[in-house]
Amino acid sequence: MSVQVRIPTPLRRFTGGSEEVAAAGTTVGSVIDDLERQYAGIKERLCDNEGQVRRFVNIYVNGDDIRFLNNLDSELKDGDELSIVPAIAGG
Amino acid sequence: MGYVIGLQCRECGADYPQAAVHVCEECFGPLEVQYDYDAIRAVLDRDTIAARPLNLWRYRELLPVDGEPTVGLHSGFTPLVRADRLARALGAREVWVKDDSVNHPTFSYKDRVVPVALSKAIELGFQTVSCASTGNLANSVSAHAARAGLACFIFIPDDLEQGKVLGSAIYGPQTVGIRGNYDDVNRLCSEIADKYGWAFVNINIRPFYTEGAKTYGFEIAEQLGWRLPQHVVVPTAGGTILPKVDKAFDELRRIGLVDGPRPKIYTAQAAGCAPVVRALHAGSDTIEPVKPDTIAKSIAIGNPADGYYVLQTIRESGGWGESATDAEIVEAIHLLARTEGIFTEPAGGTTVAVTKKLIEQGRIAADESVVICVTGNGYKTLEAVAATVAKPAIIDPRLRDFDELYERLHSPGGQEMVGSNAAAG
Repeated sequence: MSVQVRIPTPLRRFTGGSEEVAAAGTTVGSVIDDLERQYAGIKERLCDNEGQVRRFVNIYVNGDDIRFLNNLDSELKDGDELSIVPAIAGG
Repeated sequence: MGYVIGLQCRECGADYPQAAVHVCEECFGPLEVQYDYDAIRAVLDRDTIAARPLNLWRYRELLPVDGEPTVGLHSGFTPLVRADRLARALGAREVWVKDDSVNHPTFSYKDRVVPVALSKAIELGFQTVSCASTGNLANSVSAHAARAGLACFIFIPDDLEQGKVLGSAIYGPQTVGIRGNYDDVNRLCSEIADKYGWAFVNINIRPFYTEGAKTYGFEIAEQLGWRLPQHVVVPTAGGTILPKVDKAFDELRRIGLVDGPRPKIYTAQAAGCAPVVRALHAGSDTIEPVKPDTIAKSIAIGNPADGYYVLQTIRESGGWGESATDAEIVEAIHLLARTEGIFTEPAGGTTVAVTKKLIEQGRIAADESVVICVTGNGYKTLEAVAATVAKPAIIDPRLRDFDELYERLHSPGGQEMVGSNAAAG
């Protein structure tokens, strides 16, 4: 199972500058683990010591915030697009 | 000459030089501007400020520009209105309305943050500015960009009030309507900002942009005669302004311009979009995002970026927060208009309605001073109240017709219409 992951600027130093990378996994959590296998150090930027998504990180599956789905257990299917987006001020 | 030392992550403390960056590379925490307060204390006093023009740059040492400010030279210094008729209606003694519904040039508090963001964007060498917006920010960015001669792209949800859409379009930006809510617009803009390299005022210019919100707090203190109020009620959307008003009071105390206890800060949200109030009432630090459903579109942000800091500020200052239903919001818009002659958008109605609740609950003591933050203008959101205001009585241009109308209005049952203006006083 492969999904596309959009990488925001602050994390591109881990992906060699790539804006989008492929990762494997059936849930958001397992995709993050696969990203860590490919790009060591990236998981620590996304998750805190307890493994939860950091307060200022938003993760979307095909545009839906995973907090409206099943958080890190949100299930993925082949070809899904995952976006990692830092929090943004209001407007 | 600026007094900025650099940027620092609010979460992990990592330091960064001044640049168009907004999140910490270590932990994604927001970056905050750091100042040399000792140097500012040595040069800034009340007389220096008093001698300057009546705009937001009178506090320029506490704002993050290095050279001469170039944008917003007529923005800020809006009225702080002593609201005695509203106070009587609320059962309170000392009520003030900080009225950004008449901010120059686009009638909202955004005319504070945008001048700082664009002055900084120009210093950093950008030629195109942009924003994600629920309307007011887009209006302000469009107007200030026009005057500064900058190219401008604005991104808004596709269901905004006509006044907000037109209120940007007139200045000639490229407007993009996104099918979705503000949180969808935000997510897309974050990716656009990454790709196109523009100055997005609320994304990559955010650390500087948010500093402009402090001027709201500086002005409250100065206009009260360099005194701090006991209570301040602030609407919360993304959560920028509330912590910055608190920061403003803290900075003024730090550089010796005011003293006295820290004001208690309260948040106001619409019941149809109250993620911060929900977390506050649940005693939680975690803000669960919501899908907004309210007429208060300017504060309909279901995933508030600075919500955590709003909670922190409320708790540390000893404040609280409440939400108001759409019906309560509309009623409060009427109340403010009929008691003080100030026509606010639903965000301001929310703040007035919540202040009423907080006074009724005894959280704000009736004999203490409270400032209500009115951050936007009702003329932009006529739809919100159109169905609840009296229609004009139509007559022919004949004195006899008016005499008849006047008779009718004064007959039993007609009293309410004529007397309604005085009812609240």
